[in-house]
Amino acid sequence: MATDKKAYWKTNLRYLSLLLSIWFLVSFLCGIVFAESLNAFYIAGFPLGFWFAQQGSIYVFVIIIFIYVYLMNKLDKKFDVDEV
Amino acid sequence: MSTQLWTYAIVGATFLLYIIIAIVSRASSTKEFYVAGGGVHPILNGMATAADWMSAASFLSMAGLIAFMGFSGAQYLMGWTGGYVLLALLLAPYLRKFGKFTVPDFIGERYYSKNARLVALICALFVSFTYVVGQMKGVGVAFARFLDVPFETGVFIGIGIVFFYAVLGGMKGITYTQVAQFCVLIFAFTVPAIFISLQMTGNPVPQLGLGSKTSEGVYIIEKLNQLSVDLGFDTYTSINSDNLTNMFFITAALMFGTAGLPHVIVRFFTVPKVKDARVSAGWALLFIAILYTTAPAVAVFARTNIINTLSNATYADVPQWFKNWENTGLLSFEDKNQDGVIQYVAAPERNELTIDRDIIVLANPEIADLPPWVIGLVVAGGLAAALSTAAGLLLVISTSISHDLLKNYLRPNISEKGELKAARISIAVAVLAAGLAGLNPPGFVAQVVALAFGLAASSFFPAIILGIFDKRTNREGAISGMVVGIVFTIAYILYFTPQLGGAGTKEGFWFGISPEGIGTLGMIFNFITALVVSRFTPPTPEPVVAMIESIRTPRGATTPVEQH
Repeated sequence: MATDKKAYWKTNLRYLSLLLSIWFLVSFLCGIVFAESLNAFYIAGFPLGFWFAQQGSIYVFVIIIFIYVYLMNKLDKKFDVDEV
Repeated sequence: MSTQLWTYAIVGATFLLYIIIAIVSRASSTKEFYVAGGGVHPILNGMATAADWMSAASFLSMAGLIAFMGFSGAQYLMGWTGGYVLLALLLAPYLRKFGKFTVPDFIGERYYSKNARLVALICALFVSFTYVVGQMKGVGVAFARFLDVPFETGVFIGIGIVFFYAVLGGMKGITYTQVAQFCVLIFAFTVPAIFISLQMTGNPVPQLGLGSKTSEGVYIIEKLNQLSVDLGFDTYTSINSDNLTNMFFITAALMFGTAGLPHVIVRFFTVPKVKDARVSAGWALLFIAILYTTAPAVAVFARTNIINTLSNATYADVPQWFKNWENTGLLSFEDKNQDGVIQYVAAPERNELTIDRDIIVLANPEIADLPPWVIGLVVAGGLAAALSTAAGLLLVISTSISHDLLKNYLRPNISEKGELKAARISIAVAVLAAGLAGLNPPGFVAQVVALAFGLAASSFFPAIILGIFDKRTNREGAISGMVVGIVFTIAYILYFTPQLGGAGTKEGFWFGISPEGIGTLGMIFNFITALVVSRFTPPTPEPVVAMIESIRTPRGATTPVEQH
């Protein structure tokens, strides 16, 4: 059981680092640090850096949370630690 | 019907609705008062959280701020949404499993220390109170301008309404009222945006309209860039690279601050299960995102409209709304070259038009010539935003006093009934105090709110994260970390904010970081201090380690009262 809990926690941490890297990438990197270079590209009528900063990052934030919910609900079941 | 009548009718109807909901869902136990009985559906909790989160500043000021900041306005958009990712992934599920009422509860138990609880309690009170004063001021301003009453009367009406449903309903009443307020405010924000988006781009979805072409066949963003350049401004989407480090730090401070704000965290104590806490943060952010992705569109439309309508217009022919806002002093025209034509340009010596950024959202429907009921709706939305945030904050204040201070510190033997009564009395006192402070707001409300975020980021966030993810962090580490984070952040903000009497100037900023963003650095110092000190002091006791183990898995989550 104890090793099970360890494996559960490890998987959780792996999900977290992956999803938080995406969180950091879309906001701080695409929206701020590299925004200037990305502004050279256009999607629809948007300069890309501007789009990430004022629209795209927010959409991605919402998606990240729902992906995490989905992954964790599955993981809880797999390790039999879900709520009844 | 006139604008005035529409405004009275819509505001009156929404207030009646809030009061009815408060009466129907009044709280009868401390559990209902603090966490709505722990039985709120995650989607409803998401709406309530969204209403709680989006304040008068989000609703009334943010789009205007962005309209004049252009690209760097993104620091508010990302900063005030990105924190929810941290909440959902790093905080909410574990704190829900922990299963108590407040953030100081967690800090106190996890760090087995009454002093840690006290530090957390003082921070919670300070953060919430500074925040709520700004809200009461917002309520006063909104009432004053649109119901044509003096500012003071506006504040008193606000006190009366919040008093009624917060004292009566506690968290339960507040939560269900906030659901209604969310619907009102999001409707009020999007309806004018949809109309204007249709007018300007033919696309009814503002988020898509922002990327569409105008009737002249140019992308609206390019058109605004061109107009800006013609008037001597930078292009709207251009990036000021000197400013980038500061923008990075401000965005981070707002995100980490969001995830550390007690009135946001407590929201996730109100849902039935751990799993609900995770998904509820997702719903909250989705609902918040509706407004936060519409705001940049509103900003671009409004800025374009203003330039189109006013630049080089003959003063004698300006529309009626211009005259109305001129009377408030928030819009002014000074005919420097005496030609009777409005010159709106970047160069200060030739510019003749001054616009207060706060009027953009309120004036937008008039500028776009929308029907009068839309204006009434926007006022009702602004009030819903301000009232819902004020109520949520006041509840945290009263919980801090009656639960954290009274029950856990001063009088542990207090009965459930006595505690509920104390909670009601302290919320009443808090409403009055906030209202009075709002009547006579210190001129530095905006700076103080920045301080609130900085403090939340530099105190609570590291203490909670380490409490969950690092078993080795102990009492000594957490307390010294919080103290270092707070002291550094407060000292920096005080020193570099002239409005608060500081002597520092812009040139002295560390790495160019302004006081708004310094909480990020304070947070890093807190993390380092806590980790290092913990390694040199006695380890966390065994029962606390067992508790950390238990909050890491969802099964067995209980609602607060069952544990008592």
